[in-house]
Amino acid sequence: MRTSRRDFVKMTGALVVGFALTPPRTLAQDRPRLPGSLNTNRRLDAWLVIEPNGKVTILTGKIELGQGIGTALSQIAADELDVDLQRIDVVHGDTARTPNEGMTAGSLSVEQSGTALRFACAEARAVLVAAAATKLGVPATELRVTDGTVTASGGTAVTYWDLAATADLKREASAKATPKRASARKWVGKSVARRDIPKKFTGGAAYVQDVRLPGMLFGRVVRPPSPGARLTAVDEAAVRRMPGVVAVVRDGSFLAVAAVREEQAIRAREALKQSARWTETASLPPSGDALYRHLMSATAPAQTVAEKASATAATPVKTLEALYTRPYQAHASIGPSCAVAHWRDGALTVWTHSQGVFPLRAELARALGVEAGRIRCIHAEGAGCYGHNGADDVALDAALVARATGGKPVKLQWMRDDEFAWEPYGSAMVMKLAGGLDAQGNVVTWSHELWSHPHSTRPGSSAGVNLLAARYLATPQEPGLPADVPQPAGGSDRNAIPLYDFGSVKVVKHYVAEAPLRTSALRTLGGYANVFALESFVDELAAAAGADPVEFRLRHTADPRARAVIEAAAGRAGWRPGARGDGARGRGFAFARYKNLACYCATAADVDVDRKTGRVRVTRVIAAVDAGQIVNPDGVVNQIEGGIIQSASWTLKESVRFDRTRVTTRSWAEYPILRFDEVPEVEVVLLDRPTERFLGVGEGAQGPAAAAVANAIAQATGKRLRALPFTPERVKQALG
Amino acid sequence: MASFTLRINGERRTVAVDADTPLLYVLRNDLELNGPKFGCGLAQCGACSVLIDGKDVRACVTPVSVAARGSITTIEGLGTVRKLHPLQRAFIEEQACQCGFCGSGMVMAAKALLDRNPSPTNQDVRQALNGHLCRCASHNRIVRAVQRAAKEMRS
Repeated sequence: MRTSRRDFVKMTGALVVGFALTPPRTLAQDRPRLPGSLNTNRRLDAWLVIEPNGKVTILTGKIELGQGIGTALSQIAADELDVDLQRIDVVHGDTARTPNEGMTAGSLSVEQSGTALRFACAEARAVLVAAAATKLGVPATELRVTDGTVTASGGTAVTYWDLAATADLKREASAKATPKRASARKWVGKSVARRDIPKKFTGGAAYVQDVRLPGMLFGRVVRPPSPGARLTAVDEAAVRRMPGVVAVVRDGSFLAVAAVREEQAIRAREALKQSARWTETASLPPSGDALYRHLMSATAPAQTVAEKASATAATPVKTLEALYTRPYQAHASIGPSCAVAHWRDGALTVWTHSQGVFPLRAELARALGVEAGRIRCIHAEGAGCYGHNGADDVALDAALVARATGGKPVKLQWMRDDEFAWEPYGSAMVMKLAGGLDAQGNVVTWSHELWSHPHSTRPGSSAGVNLLAARYLATPQEPGLPADVPQPAGGSDRNAIPLYDFGSVKVVKHYVAEAPLRTSALRTLGGYANVFALESFVDELAAAAGADPVEFRLRHTADPRARAVIEAAAGRAGWRPGARGDGARGRGFAFARYKNLACYCATAADVDVDRKTGRVRVTRVIAAVDAGQIVNPDGVVNQIEGGIIQSASWTLKESVRFDRTRVTTRSWAEYPILRFDEVPEVEVVLLDRPTERFLGVGEGAQGPAAAAVANAIAQATGKRLRALPFTPERVKQALG
Repeated sequence: MASFTLRINGERRTVAVDADTPLLYVLRNDLELNGPKFGCGLAQCGACSVLIDGKDVRACVTPVSVAARGSITTIEGLGTVRKLHPLQRAFIEEQACQCGFCGSGMVMAAKALLDRNPSPTNQDVRQALNGHLCRCASHNRIVRAVQRAAKEMRS
C-alpha cells in the first residue's frame, strides 16, 4: 500500500473539507423509517457512486475482517443494479467517505448494510432507468438492463456510465423501489469467490501492517508490567541516544518510542523496559475456582432478565441444579494490533483495523482534545478480528507517538506480549442452572442465574474514554462504567433465555460492571458461555428424564425452523437415539439460535477421550444452519467451520493466566490454541430460505459447538464437565 | 551497520543494516514485501515463514547475516495474481482463509513440504503445518488447498 506523496496529500487534504453524509439524528426521527442502515444514512449517493469509467463504487460503514462482507455486499449490489460483479468496487469504513454504520459487530453486517445497499441500489437502478428513458425517448417500462447497459426494445441503448453525470443520486432514499425477487437474483445465493483473498496469497497490500507512507517511522509502546502499575522513573535520555531513535514519549505512565527502523524501535522498547521503574499494586482477582467465588461475591444486584409463569401449574417431581464456569479468554489474533498515524497541520489521519471508524474517531477526539472533524479514520484490515481487541487502543498509541515526530507518520504495532496482556478479554462467567421435571420427564421449571463482567466496553459504549493509553496519561481519562447490552440481543445474558418451551422460566443476571481485568466483546459476548451452560443442562435434564437428547429437545421445541436444524444435524450425523458411549468415544448434541434473533444452528460433535492422559480430541462436528436468505453459501460455511473450530479451541484449551498483580499469559507458550493435528473434521448443512430475511451467521456456531463437546464427553465417559476449558488435568480429575 | 547482499526471489538485493537485524524487518521494510508477517517475534506462530535454501525458516528470529548465506524465497517469489503458483491458486480456489494473516507462512511451509514429498497424506500435511497457528480456524481448508496443489503439481 505504498502511497505516493501526491496521493497522500490529496487524501489528507480531504480532511479539512469535512463531510456531511449523515443528516442529523433529530431530523431522521421525523422521517419515515427506512430499511437497514439506510435509516441513519439516508442519501443514495452515500451508498453508491456510478463511475464514468464503467465501475460502480459501493460505500459501506461495515468493514472487511476476512468474514467476506465486501464480497457479500457486492453480490447484493450487483443483483439490484444489474451489473457484473467485476464492476463493483467496495470502500469500507472511512470517516471521510462512507456511511456511519457504527460497529461491525454482532453478526449484523448483512442485515444492516446489505439491506441498505439492496434498497439503495434498487432505487438507483430506477433513477438510472428513468434517466435512460428520457435520453432514449421511450417509456421506462420498455427498457431492460444488462450489465449496466440500458436497452430499448428498438435496440437503442445507453449505459449507466454515460448517465453517470446526469442521473441524480444526490437525493434522499425513499426505499420505494422494490428489490428483486429471490428467483430473479443472479449473484445472491451463489458461492462467489471472496474479493479480498487473491491479494492475501500473492503478497499484495492487504493489511494495515502493509501501509507505508513517505518518511514513516516505526513506533513501539512500553506498557506497564501490570494493570495497576505506575511509572516512577525511566532513563529517557539514554534511550534517545540509541541509534535511529527519533522520539521517546513519556506522558504520566504512558511510555513509547519512535525510530527510523522497526528493529531500532524494538531495541529502544527493550531498553526502556529495562530502565523503567514502576510501582505495582495487586489489583487482580484470584485464579482457579476462587476466581468464580470472587465473581459471585461481587456486589451486583440480581436483575431479572426474563420471567415467565407456567400456563399449567405443574409441580416438578425431580429437580436438578448445576454450576458452570467460563474463564477469561483472549481474542489472541495471530497479528498484534497495529495502526498508522499522521499529524499534519493539527489534523490527524489514522489507518486502523478498528471495527468502527466513526466511534473510534469520536473517542480519539476526546482522548486527544481535538475536534472530531480534524480526525480522519480509514479502515485497513488487521489480522483476524473476533471482537473488541487492541485495534482501537493502538490507534491512540500511534496518535500519541506521531504527535512527537514533527509531522512524520508513525506505524505502531504492539508486540506479542502487549497483545496478550492488554487486549480486553472475554469475561469470566458463572452460570447457575436449575430445573425441574414432571412425571412425564418434561421440563416444567427452569432457572438460569449468571454472574459476569461487561461484554462491551467499545469506544462509544460508555461515558469517558476507553482507549487504553488514556488511563495512564499524566492527566488520565478513565472509561465510564459500561451498561450491559440490553435484551433482546443481550450482553452478559445473551442467549440466557431458553428458546425451549419449559413451563416456568426465570433468568437472572448479576452484572458486575467494575472489572479488575479489562473485558469486552469477544465473539458471541455472553452467548458462548450461556449456551454452553444451557445446552449442557438440557442434556443433564434429558439424562435425568431417561430421554434421548435430540428427542428431548424436539419435544420442547415448537419453532419449525429450530426443529428443522435439529433434525437436519441429527440426520446428517446419523444420530442413534439412546446410543451410549464406550468410555472413550462419544457423541453430543446442542442447539441455539444466536441472540435468539439471528441464525439457527444445531451441532453434533464426536469426541475421543484418552482416559490415561485426560486429553480430549474432537474428531468430527456436524452443523446444520438456517441463516435465512443466504448471500454466499461458501462464505456461510467458512464462518461456521471457523466458529466451530475456534470454539473447540476455547472449550478444550483456553484460559488467560494471571497472578494477583500481573497477567502472566504473554505468548503462545502460555496460551495454547488448537493446532492442525487437533482440529476436527467439520461438515456444514445449510438450510437456505431465499424468501426469508438475512440472519447473521458469524457467531452462530460457537455456543452449540462447546455444549456439543461437553455433552459428547458426558456421553462417552458418564462424567459431566462444567468448568471450561476441558484441559487434560480437569478431565483426568473428573474421571478419577 | 553493514552491507548484505541477499539472494531473494531470483534477484540480488543489497541492504545496509545491523548484522543481527531479524530478516523479517529487512523483507517487510527495506524490500517492501508484504508476504511475511510479524505474528509473535518468538518463532511460535509461523506467520513470518519464508524459505531459505528450500527450508521453512522463521524470519522473525533469523538474523539477516545468516539469511544472506542462502537463497531466500517469499510468497512473492512463487507467483503473482496474473501468474499464480499452484499453491497460491489452490489456496484461492479453496477459499482457504478468513483473515489470511497466517496464509503466507502456510503457503511457504506447504511449499517446503511438497518439494520434499510430492504426494503427502493428509496426516503428513497436518504434521508439516502443525507449528503454524491459524486463529480463524481455516485448518481444514488449508489442508484441502495443499492437497489440491499437490495434485496439480504432480500432473
